Amino acid sequence: MKRLRLFVFAWLLHFKMLSQSAFDGFLAILWPLFFATVAFFMFRAGRGSAVLGPVALGAAVMGVWTATSVSASSALQRERRLGTLELLVASPTNLALVLLPITLATSTIGLYCIVATLLWARFLFGVHIPVAHPLTFGLGIVGIVVTIGSLGFLMAVAFVRSRRAWAIGAVTEYPVWLVCGFLVPISLLPNWVRPISWLLGPTWGMRAIRAGAYGGPHALLDIAACFGLAAAYVLLGVLVLGTVLDSARRRASLSLT
Amino acid sequence: MSVIEAGGLRRTYKTTTGVIRRRRLEVEAVKGISFSVERGELFGLLGPNGAGKTTTIKMLITLLLPTAGDARVLGLDVVADAREVRKRIGYVFGGDRGLYERLSALDNLRYFAELYGVSGRDQRTRIAEVLELVGLTGREQERVEGYSRGMRQRLHIARGILHDPEVVFLDEPTIGVDPVGARQLRGTIADLVAAGKTVLLTTHYMFEADALCDRIAVIAKGRIVGEGTPEELKAQVADGRVTEIEVYGVDEATVDRVRALDGVASVVVEERDQSQLLVVQTTADREVTAPVLALLEGLEVGRVASREPTLEDAYVALVGGE
Repeated sequence: MKRLRLFVFAWLLHFKMLSQSAFDGFLAILWPLFFATVAFFMFRAGRGSAVLGPVALGAAVMGVWTATSVSASSALQRERRLGTLELLVASPTNLALVLLPITLATSTIGLYCIVATLLWARFLFGVHIPVAHPLTFGLGIVGIVVTIGSLGFLMAVAFVRSRRAWAIGAVTEYPVWLVCGFLVPISLLPNWVRPISWLLGPTWGMRAIRAGAYGGPHALLDIAACFGLAAAYVLLGVLVLGTVLDSARRRASLSLT
Repeated sequence: MSVIEAGGLRRTYKTTTGVIRRRRLEVEAVKGISFSVERGELFGLLGPNGAGKTTTIKMLITLLLPTAGDARVLGLDVVADAREVRKRIGYVFGGDRGLYERLSALDNLRYFAELYGVSGRDQRTRIAEVLELVGLTGREQERVEGYSRGMRQRLHIARGILHDPEVVFLDEPTIGVDPVGARQLRGTIADLVAAGKTVLLTTHYMFEADALCDRIAVIAKGRIVGEGTPEELKAQVADGRVTEIEVYGVDEATVDRVRALDGVASVVVEERDQSQLLVVQTTADREVTAPVLALLEGLEVGRVASREPTLEDAYVALVGGE
């Protein structure tokens, strides 16, 4: 019960902190709309208006991923800069229970990206998304936020060890858009890329959201894979965190900014 | 059983230099130090910047793994029982960092209360108690970014003792705080000891150590060079004299010749606007003013004064010899 209360409180607190920066908020509002606009113009010019619905959904998820991958690294960088990372490590609470709410708070901010992009698509580009199966659609959205937050947590574990690990967030931002099929179908990618796609939870979350909107086979499997991979990321993060922390304590890298 | 025990504690940092031809370097920050702190004691680690005080404290609070040696807090090993140690200690460091600026003091305290497992039922009363102790009652709803440095430091202390730890580690808590704020903080630290806490304080302010500490270990270049009560440390130089000579344009070679004079224990050069102040400490009953002035011949010499040694002189004698 104590752990659950800590988890919820920490999530709310970090969500509050992230929401209080006017500059970050302004960027968070503009970024996803910019991505969506570029994607709409590109696809409308190339393949006409028929594909704009799936593109709108992909652009919405792109925003969630960008908000999380970039924000998770900057959130941990901020903890270093504020000198609070050492205090979090010095507390008796398992650090995993401290990091997970931080990354989930960043992916929750990403929820805004979904709403904003879909409204942008509807009112500016006239894209109508039918939502054939609301439950699947809703579970897909929750699943993608959770799986991206969990992936952010796995990245945050690396940020704890090394201050330079922020680069992971920047380096993975665009490849994940591509590999997870946010805009381009995975079937168009080379065969060797597909196993990487399957190991990434957002791939399955994206499929579930599209199945919820337009219908499609194996939607439940997609949702299960999305949540299953999220659990695997958290488990892996928890398992390696002890080793990572020992390494950081040995290398004295916790106080570096 | 001592509350804090350090035995042969060592810590080496690995670093690299150069851009094209990178070289690996090993810096030994703590070179095998041993000391113990008894229950209810306020023990000071006194030393100049870079002496190894913070490294020592970080090993004791489990943030750094020792390279060699061992340390126990409340009988628990700081490496093997890190989590149990963390439950029982509080850690406060000086400076602006260590707080969530965009949040209120209350949110900061609530977050750390959760991290330290203070139950929801106890949080309200405990937070009110620590705010009262550090004199921040009524200011807890304000965002930390609007706090003065003194207020931040008091909030740090409130955060560090929120879970009522038995042992409190204070790492240069008054650094950068104005004199009035520093005095208030020293009052708060004295209150902690009066409340039965064991406190380990690091500082490089002599008067602070003298006013607060029951015992002091002087640390320099990673080694303990003196240990005892403030009175015992002062007694080490009590039979000597201190001569202060104001001089203009003295060079390092001349200072070295003064150091080499028979009966001179230490020489410190304090830079002033246009002059330097040579603080020459001598061993028992040696009069060195005349030979020092002879070495300074040709230089413009100002005020010359002689006085009794203080704790600061004891510290300089210990640290200066390293």
